[in-house]
Parts: sequence; C-alpha cells; structure tokens
Amino acid sequence: MLKLTGIGKRFGGLTALQGISFEIVPGSITGIIGPNGAGKTTLFNIATGIYPPSEGAVLLDGKDISNWPPEKRAYLGLVRTFQNIELFGKMTVLENVMVGLHTQSKSGIFACALRMPWQMSEERRIREEARKWLEFVGIPELENVEAGTLSFGKGRLLEIARAMALKPKLLLMDEPAAGLNSSETADLADLIKRIRDLRVTVGLVEHDMDLVMDICDSLVVLNLGTMLATGTPREIQDNPAVVTAYLGEAE
Amino acid sequence: MKSDKLKFLLFAVVVLAIPLFIPKGYLTNVLIFVGINSMLALGLNLLLGYAGQISLGQAAFFGLGAYGSGVLNTQYVINPWLAMALVAVGVAAFAFAIGFPVLRLKGHYLAMATLGVGVIAYISFNETVDLTGGPSGLSGIENLSIGSFVFDSDIKNYYLVWSFALVSILLAMNMVNSRFGRGLRAIHDSEVAARVMGVNARLMKVQVFALSAFISAIAGSLYCHVMTFISPTSFSFPVSIELLTMVVIGGLGSVFGSVLGALLLTLLPEMLRAFQDMDIIVYGLLLISMTIYLPGGLVRGIPALFRKIVPARGSHA
Amino acid sequence: MEFLKETMQFVISGLATGAIYALIGLSFAIIYNSTGIINFAQGEFVMLGGVITIFCITAFKLPILIAVAVAILGTTAVGVVFERLAIRPLKNATPLALIIITIGASILIRGLVMLLWGKDTQALPAFSGNDPIEVAGATMLPQHIWIFGVTLLVIAGNRFFFHHTITGKAMRACSFNRKAANLVGISVGRMVLLSFGISAALGSLAGVIIAPLTMTAYDVGVMLGLKGFCAAIMGGMGSGLGTVLGGLILGTLESLGAGWISSGYKDAIAFLILLLILFIRPQGLFKKGETERV
Repeated sequence: MLKLTGIGKRFGGLTALQGISFEIVPGSITGIIGPNGAGKTTLFNIATGIYPPSEGAVLLDGKDISNWPPEKRAYLGLVRTFQNIELFGKMTVLENVMVGLHTQSKSGIFACALRMPWQMSEERRIREEARKWLEFVGIPELENVEAGTLSFGKGRLLEIARAMALKPKLLLMDEPAAGLNSSETADLADLIKRIRDLRVTVGLVEHDMDLVMDICDSLVVLNLGTMLATGTPREIQDNPAVVTAYLGEAE
Repeated sequence: MKSDKLKFLLFAVVVLAIPLFIPKGYLTNVLIFVGINSMLALGLNLLLGYAGQISLGQAAFFGLGAYGSGVLNTQYVINPWLAMALVAVGVAAFAFAIGFPVLRLKGHYLAMATLGVGVIAYISFNETVDLTGGPSGLSGIENLSIGSFVFDSDIKNYYLVWSFALVSILLAMNMVNSRFGRGLRAIHDSEVAARVMGVNARLMKVQVFALSAFISAIAGSLYCHVMTFISPTSFSFPVSIELLTMVVIGGLGSVFGSVLGALLLTLLPEMLRAFQDMDIIVYGLLLISMTIYLPGGLVRGIPALFRKIVPARGSHA
Repeated sequence: MEFLKETMQFVISGLATGAIYALIGLSFAIIYNSTGIINFAQGEFVMLGGVITIFCITAFKLPILIAVAVAILGTTAVGVVFERLAIRPLKNATPLALIIITIGASILIRGLVMLLWGKDTQALPAFSGNDPIEVAGATMLPQHIWIFGVTLLVIAGNRFFFHHTITGKAMRACSFNRKAANLVGISVGRMVLLSFGISAALGSLAGVIIAPLTMTAYDVGVMLGLKGFCAAIMGGMGSGLGTVLGGLILGTLESLGAGWISSGYKDAIAFLILLLILFIRPQGLFKKGETERV
C-alpha cells in the first residue's frame, strides 16, 4: 500500500529524519511509535504531502507520489487525521463530513451558483452519505452543531468521520488517543478495528502502548529520526534496542 | 436551506417595493448606490468572509469594469450590454491570471500585494489620458437601454441596478451553501485540513478571486452607465477601504451582511454631509471597534444582542 | 555628457528619498519582528512627524530642533497609545483582524489630522538653507546631507541598540521565540509596547527630514508607508542592512524611472517592484532561500 524508501528530511541544518524505509501492508494496522522528537509527525507530514521529503520516495500502490500535493493524494484515497484536531470550526458537524466527500463529488463554481439539477441531487447524495458516517462514529445527534464547540473527544470522532467519508484506502491517524480518557480510548480501539474491517488500511502514530499493542498488526519504531526496529508487537516488546530507547527516555 | 430561500424572497419583495413608498429623487438616487455597493461588498465578502483571503485592491476591478464599459461606449461602436459582458469576462480573466501569484501570499503580504494591484490600476486610470481622459475624467457615457426604453431616470436605474444586485445575491447564496462554498469555508478554517480532504485550495482561491472581480466589474459597468461620467477618484485606495469597512461592519461571511454594510456605509456619508470629511474618522473607529468587540458584524451581533436581552426579560417576569 | 549629468542628479535625489524609504522600512521591521504584525498605520507615523513639526513652528514659533523633538515624542506617544488601545485588547488575534485594525487606525489618524490641520499641503523650511552644493557635476541640497547623515546615525544606533543593549537584545529574543523569551523573564508585552514606540519615533523622524524636500500633508503617509514597506520586503523584513539597501535601490530606480520614462508612473514603479519581489523572492533580495512549507 504505502511504501517509504530512504526518506530523509532536513529543516535548515537540522536533520529530522534519515533513512526511513518501510511498508504499510494492505489491510493491516501499522503502528509507528517512538519517543518524543523521534520524527513521527514529520513522517506523516511527508506521507500526506504537507511538505516534500529532502530525499527518498513515497510510493502509493507503486506510484511515486513524493512531490504530489495533499489534495491530489486525497484522490488516491490517502487521508489523515491530525494530532491537534484540525476541524473546520465555523462549519457544522455535518458540513465538516460533507467536505470529506469533496473527492466524490464534482460540482464546480458555476454548477453551485446556478443550482443545476444534477448539482442538487449530488448535494442530497453527499448529505445522506455524510449522515451515515456520523452514525458510524456514533455522533449523529450532533449534525447541526458548530464543530468548533465540540469537546475534544467528540471532535476526534468527527475528524475520523470526515476522513472516513473520503472512502480512504489508507487512513493515517496522528495520536488519535491523545487527550482521551480510558473509556474513550477503549471505544477508539473498537472504532479503529471497525475501520479495518471495512478494508481500510490504517497507519497509526501513537503513544498509548496498550492501545498500540492491542490493535496493531505490525510496528515501526523510530528514534531520533532514524529507524530503530520493525516487527510484530511481540517482537518489538522483546527488542532490547527498543527497550533501551524507551527506558532511556523515561529515566 | 428553505429558510434561506424565504429570506431571499422576502428581501427581493422589499427591494422591489421600496420605490413605491419613498419620495422620488434624492433617496432613490442614494439607494442606487446602495445596490452598486452591495455588489462590490458581496464580491469582497466572498473572498474575505468565506475564503478568508483579504483584498485591498477591489476598487481596481470596479474601476476596470467602469472604464472598460465607459471607453468602449464612448470611443467604439459596440452594444453596451455586450460590452458589459465582455469587460466582466475580461476582468475576471485578468484576476484569474494574477490570482495565481497573488493568492500564493498569505495575510499581510497578500494585503500589500492586492493593495499594490489597486494602486497600479489607479495610476493607470490617471495616466492613460488618451483612453480614460485622465484625472479630469471620462464623460459622455450613454445610459443603458433596451430597444427604445432608456434607463434615464433614478427609478429606472434603481430597478436596473437592483436586478443585477438581486441576481448576484441569489447566486452567491447558492454558491456558499454548496460544495464550492463549503470548500472555501474549509480553506478559511484550516487550509491544511481542507487540502488533505482533497480541496484544491490554490485553485479555489483563485476562482473566487476571479468571481469577486467579475461581480465588481459588472458593478463598475452599471456605475458608469448610471453616472454617465467617471473619474479615477471613484476607484482609488480609499474606496477599497470603504468596501472593507462595509464587509466588516455588515458581517464577514454573510451574504446579507454585505448588503447591510453597503446600506449603512452609503447612507452614513450622506448623513455626515454636514460634518464634511468626518466619514474616514468614523470608518476608522468602526473598523477598530467592530473587530475588537463585534467580529461577527452587525448581522450576527444584533440577533445575539437580542437573544441576550429577551431571556433576561423573561427571567424577571 | 548632459545625459550623464542628468543621471547623476537623478541618482542623488533617488538615494535621498531611498534613505527615507529605508528608515520607514526599518520602522516596519521593528514592529514586525516583535509581533509579526505589518502595521498599516506606519505611514501615518511618518506623516505625523512632518505635520506636527510644521505645526509647532507655525503655531508656537518653536525653534526647529525643539519642534522636531516635540513631533517625535508626540508620534511616539501616538504609537504607544495605539498599541494599548487597539492591539493589546485582542489576544490571539488572526492576521486578518490585525490588518483590519491597523488599517482602521491609519484612516482614523489621517482623518483626525485632516480635521485638526486641514487638507493643505505645507512645507517645512530646510534645516540648513537651500544653497545647492556641487558634487561631481551634479547639485546636492544641504537637506540631502541631513538625510544621509541622519540615516547613517539611525543605522548605527539601530545596530548598537539591538546588539549591545540589554533591552535591544531582549526585543530580538522576543522576535526569535516569544515563549522562550517569556520563560527567561522578558516581559513580552513591554517589548511589544516598546517596539511600537521606537517604530513610531523612527517613522516620524523619517517624516521630519523628508518634509522640506517633498512638502507634507495629511495624506502623504499612504505612499511613504507603502514604499517603506516595499523597502522592508526587499530586505526580507530584517532590521538590518538589507532593508537599507532595499530602500536605496527603490529610491534610485524610482527616480531614474521618473526621469527617463514618465513621472506620472513614478509611484507605479515602486508597486511593480513590490509585486515582483513578493511573487519571485518573498524572502527578500538578500537572504538565502528557505524551504517553503506547503
């Protein structure tokens, strides 16, 4: 699905990432873990096209998309959520999800202004579709609420609904459990499994080790911008280098 | 969306009925300019209030529309309606072309660049004397006409201008509540998230910039045919600032806010006529105080205030 | 030969106005670096410098030096009050809100000046008379020398202040990282206030020394401000030599363009340059390119 080969990223003189190569296998849930400052979010930003890599290539289904902008990647079914939740705060919850259906609709500026009949039916279709995704994450009752007023947990769910509306092949989630309490985290684990059951491949940056160990099929460990290890959760748990990196950080 | 349709119908009825209830002459004349300013404010609001992209050069597009129509009308033999359409398309194409480099800029830089475009246009209106008549203006522009029906009185021009304004308002309302409008608002709230969702932010910003130029150019054409005389000062930097003030006062991101802002700011200078030149002081105070205390504009501020007062009264009862 | 002499003349007057643009550019950069705000009212500070000086001389018959001091102090006070009343109340303001507020302030100041002193264009007498000095076949006015002298002093003072005084260093720290500056005990709020004060003072100084050459009125701030901004953009919004060079280049090009091509388009030249730089090298003419984030 997503293949990274020799990814490196420098900001000015600072090397944030170096020699990152791994593959997210279709149908899997792949966790990307590592101590703070390991470069996980930078890696996501490169994968989704927020900025280009300094070296190496990003391949999606064998296609080199290293220099594609995010909006073009979305059309290939690559989407993400954000660590600090990036909602469209002044729009309603339903409208947020409808933006997620942008790639599956095509009315342009003229069709919209002139209310062409096919534009109206398209509008109805994506409205219904968006409601379905609000059901899926369990917040259908909030559809007319302004997104900016949601609690952190609900906002997280909305962000997932919006991403799912895009019908992604690959969903990258940046610390989805951050800021959630333990029951919310349990619900999240369940939700991510349901997403995988819809045959969406999931990439996950996460600090919550219990969650990672519970749901991930394979793990990639980063430390200080380099690859430390890859393997199944069990292999990673027994890897001495990983243990040192984590214990070293935790003192 | 149903309530939007109703609001628009109600508004249209009011607009069409107004001339029946006010004295002919001065007030009708002022309301013509409210209509033109509504279109200009609406154009800016689509860009600023919805897409979140500032332009301090809107007067340039207004002026290009006015001079385009004016020059074609006085120096060439061409049907003025056709000229209006050609000029509007031309101005929109121009905005589309400069939009790519201009709208790559953000925030303050975007403001300065659009201001630069505005100033260059203003200087060109002054300097291309052979074409525009320069600082002394361009006169002898004809009124618009359909067959032998000439728009030569205030009341006729009122209906002429407001038909265009109403159509613009309707199309804008359609647009903002649809895929395109959602895309714009998404860009405003979080450009990065919008792009991750597949919204082509760069293209859509340029498209809405071109659309705002198109509406402004039409307003300019109407203005030149209504006035029959134009001069560069009507398209100078202070005009762009006035439009900005209208949008901020009426309500950023509200179609009717644009109209409300245009109404207030067109009437205000008329009322302040006794205190000549006080208007820019008032504009300055309005821009600052609205942004600090009522960033949603009057169109949202008044209902909010109303809601605050009404339950308060209820609790006393 | 005549052409060469003429060109020399254009260059001298261009450099003089360019020096003014440089000073205004520096005053833009001071606020920008401590707050991230481009102050659209910056040109009004420049205008206030000239107008208050003239007012002090004509109304109170003050000697010119005292009038200048009053003008600079007065404008500084305006800058400080502006920060307190219009900038500080907005916490976490969006760039859009800040643009609108500073534009509001600029037309407010302009309107008040017009109300108080009218719309007339006024001249300030030159500081040391108008006897031209011959330099390399071209003539130079004493006022030009004043301008170059003051500009040099300001550049030196600017450098000394920001690199060798505690306050100046603290202000630079704020521009690099506000949070970190706050953590080490720098009062960011005070630094912002100070930056508005210094910037207003510098802007008004520019307005004072140019007034004898170009005359002044309530509305000269717009153009001067915009050209100062252009200089600052050419210098990459830095507070150093880049902005000064930017101003000098702009002034010279403008003067040559007005002389050789058409004086009517003089102001358009500055804006064409501004647009070109914003489009092609938004990081400024003299800085190395930085990786642009999408």
